[in-house]
Amino acid sequence: MIRVFVEGVGMIGPGLSSWKESREILAGRQAYAGGELPRLLASRLPAAERRRSTAVTRLAIDVAEQALPPDVNAGDIATVFTSSGGEVEIIHRIFEELATVERQISPTQFHNSVHNAASGYWSIATGSRQASTSLSCFDDSFAMGLLETAGQAFVEDTKVLLVAYDFPPLDPILRARPLLAPFAVSLLLASERSEHSLGELTIGLDTANAGDIGHMDDAGLEALRAGNPAARSLPLLAALARSEPAELSYGQARVGLKPCA
Amino acid sequence: MQPLIISAFTLTNCLGRGLNATSAALREQRSGLRHCDFPGTELDTYIGRIDGIENEPVSGRLSDYDCRNNRLARIGLEQDGFVQAVESARRRYGPERIAVILGTSTSGILETESAYRRRNPETGALPPDFRYRQTQNTFSVGDFTRRYLDLQGPASVVSTACSSSSKVFASAARLIQTGLCDAAVVGGVDSLCFTTLYGFTALELVSSTPCRPADADRNGISIGEAAGFALLEKPERGTGDIALLGYGESTDAYHMSSPHPDGLGAAEAMNKAMQRAGIDPGAIDYINLHGTATKANDAAEDKAVSGIFGAAVPCSSIKGWTGHTLGAAGIVNVIVGCLSIRENFVPRSLNTERVDPEIASWIATEELRRPVRTVLCNAFGFGGNNASLVLGKRS
Repeated sequence: MIRVFVEGVGMIGPGLSSWKESREILAGRQAYAGGELPRLLASRLPAAERRRSTAVTRLAIDVAEQALPPDVNAGDIATVFTSSGGEVEIIHRIFEELATVERQISPTQFHNSVHNAASGYWSIATGSRQASTSLSCFDDSFAMGLLETAGQAFVEDTKVLLVAYDFPPLDPILRARPLLAPFAVSLLLASERSEHSLGELTIGLDTANAGDIGHMDDAGLEALRAGNPAARSLPLLAALARSEPAELSYGQARVGLKPCA
Repeated sequence: MQPLIISAFTLTNCLGRGLNATSAALREQRSGLRHCDFPGTELDTYIGRIDGIENEPVSGRLSDYDCRNNRLARIGLEQDGFVQAVESARRRYGPERIAVILGTSTSGILETESAYRRRNPETGALPPDFRYRQTQNTFSVGDFTRRYLDLQGPASVVSTACSSSSKVFASAARLIQTGLCDAAVVGGVDSLCFTTLYGFTALELVSSTPCRPADADRNGISIGEAAGFALLEKPERGTGDIALLGYGESTDAYHMSSPHPDGLGAAEAMNKAMQRAGIDPGAIDYINLHGTATKANDAAEDKAVSGIFGAAVPCSSIKGWTGHTLGAAGIVNVIVGCLSIRENFVPRSLNTERVDPEIASWIATEELRRPVRTVLCNAFGFGGNNASLVLGKRS
C-alpha cells in the first residue's frame, strides 16, 4: 500500500480556470455552467520558447504551476506528465504535411511533436534538472500517472508533481478518438505531511478490475469526466474540494482519500 | 536500491532476431545498416531496418492491434524463450502481480501516416479501417503486450523520446519496491515511420553515410528499429546472473532538441545511477554510450563521461551496428550490456575510424576481451530527458 499526502492541486477546463476558483463548483455548492477554456499563458516560459510552444504544452505548464505552494521551488520537484494523446495538434499537422509530395516538416514542429514536449518545456521554464517522465495509458492515463507519482514520492521519500492533460485531437482523428474538451489536473504529492497537506491518499491494487467507480452528480461535469482521460480525476478533486473522505476505483487501483483537518 | 534480477531478456534489431543474431554480428564485425529502402521514401541515408515485418501481420484475437510497431513487438516477444519465461513468472506470482512498462516514441503512427494519404476527398475522413486506439495511440504497444502475455498487472507506456526504454527500468524498480507488484516486463519497441525519417532530416541530424559515433567526421544519425524486453524480479525469487543495480534520471533544463553543451544533465543521471547502485566510478568496467553520432550529442556526452571517468573506462556506442532505435535505444543498450557481462567483452564503436581529438573519453575502436562485471548504460532524449542504468553480475 502506498501512502502519500496531497500538498497542492491545480485544474484547468472549460469554464474552470483554476482549482482555487473552481472549488465551489467541484464541491457541488455552485452550478457548473461550462464555458471557454481560460487563456493559456505559460508565463514562466522564456518568450522564445513560449512562441514555439503548443496549446497542449501551455495547458500542462499552466496547470503544473497551480499546484506548487509559494514556498516550494519547482527546481526541487520531480515530475510525472501523463497524457493519452500528447501533442495532438502538431501531430495532425505533421501527418498532413507527410501526405503531400514535398513532405516538408519544420524542425520546430518535429521536436514539439514528442510526447514529452510539455515535460521538456517545463524543465526549461523552471530550470529544474529533476527526474521527469511522460506516460501514456489511453483512458487510464490519470490513474497510471497517479500510481507512478505516488509510488515515486513514497519510495524515494520526496515530493513529486503529477500533471495529467489531454486536448481533443483535431479532425479527422477526432472522429476516431472523440474527446469532449481540453482538461488538465495537477497534484503535488509528498511522502510526509506538512502544513499544506489537503488530504492523505492511500493507493493499492486489487486483483479485480472494477472499472472506474466515482461519478459526478452534475451532468456537465460528468460529461467532462467521461470525455477526457485527465478529467477522470474529477471525483477525487470533488472529494478534496468538499474535504470529505472517499474510496475510489480506477480499474484495479483502489484510491482512498482522508482529508487532513 | 535493492538490486533486481534480469531473469530473462531478448532483443530483435536490424542485426537479426534474438540474442544470438546480435552476438554473432558483433563477433563477425557486421553492421546491420543499409541504404534507405523503406517503402515509399526517397532519402539519402542509412537505416537499420528489420526484414520481414511487412509479411507478418498480427493475426488471431489481437488482429485489431496489427501495425508495424505491434508486429515488431510480437516478433520480439517470440525470441529467446521470453514468452515462456513470462508464463513461468505468471504461474509463480499470478498475472495481476506482474506489471508491463514499455517505452516507445512513435508507437503505430505509420498506420495514421498511411491513413492520411487515403482520406476521403469529399469529407476528409480517414478510411474506415483506421483503428486509433490499437495503432496510433502511444499506449498501444503496452496494451498489446499485456494482452499478448495474458498479464493483468498495471500497464503503462513511457514516452520520453530516446530515453523511453531506459526510464521503464526506473518506473518498474519503484513499483516493485512499493510492494504492489512482484515482477515487471519492461522494454521498448520503436519502428520505422515517415515522421522520424523526415523529421530528423528536417533537423539536419541525419547522416548520408552509416553513422560514425565519436568520429572526427561524424555528421548525424542513422535511424533504426528494434524491440527488446526484459523480465525483472526480486532477488529472492528470480534466477539469473545479471541484475539492475541502479537507475538515475534527470532533465537538462536547456533546449528541446539540443543537449546541454557541458552534459550537465547527463552527468547527473550517471552519478545518480551509481549512487543508487552504491558503487564508485572505479567499479564501472564498460560504458555503453548513447552515442548517436551527431556533433552536439557526442560532444556533450563526452564532457559528462570524461568529467566523471577521465579516460579510465572503455566506452562505445552501439549505433554503428543497429542505428539509433529512438524509443528502443535504451533497451538495446541494456541488452547489449547484459551480453557484454555474460560474454566478458566490450563491443567496439563500429564505423569510428578516427576518434575526434576533442573527445577525451576512452572510445573502444577495437573489441576488448576482458572481464566485465559492471556496465553503465546511457540514453538521452529530446526534451533534455536523461536516464542512466547500472547493470552488474549478481553478487
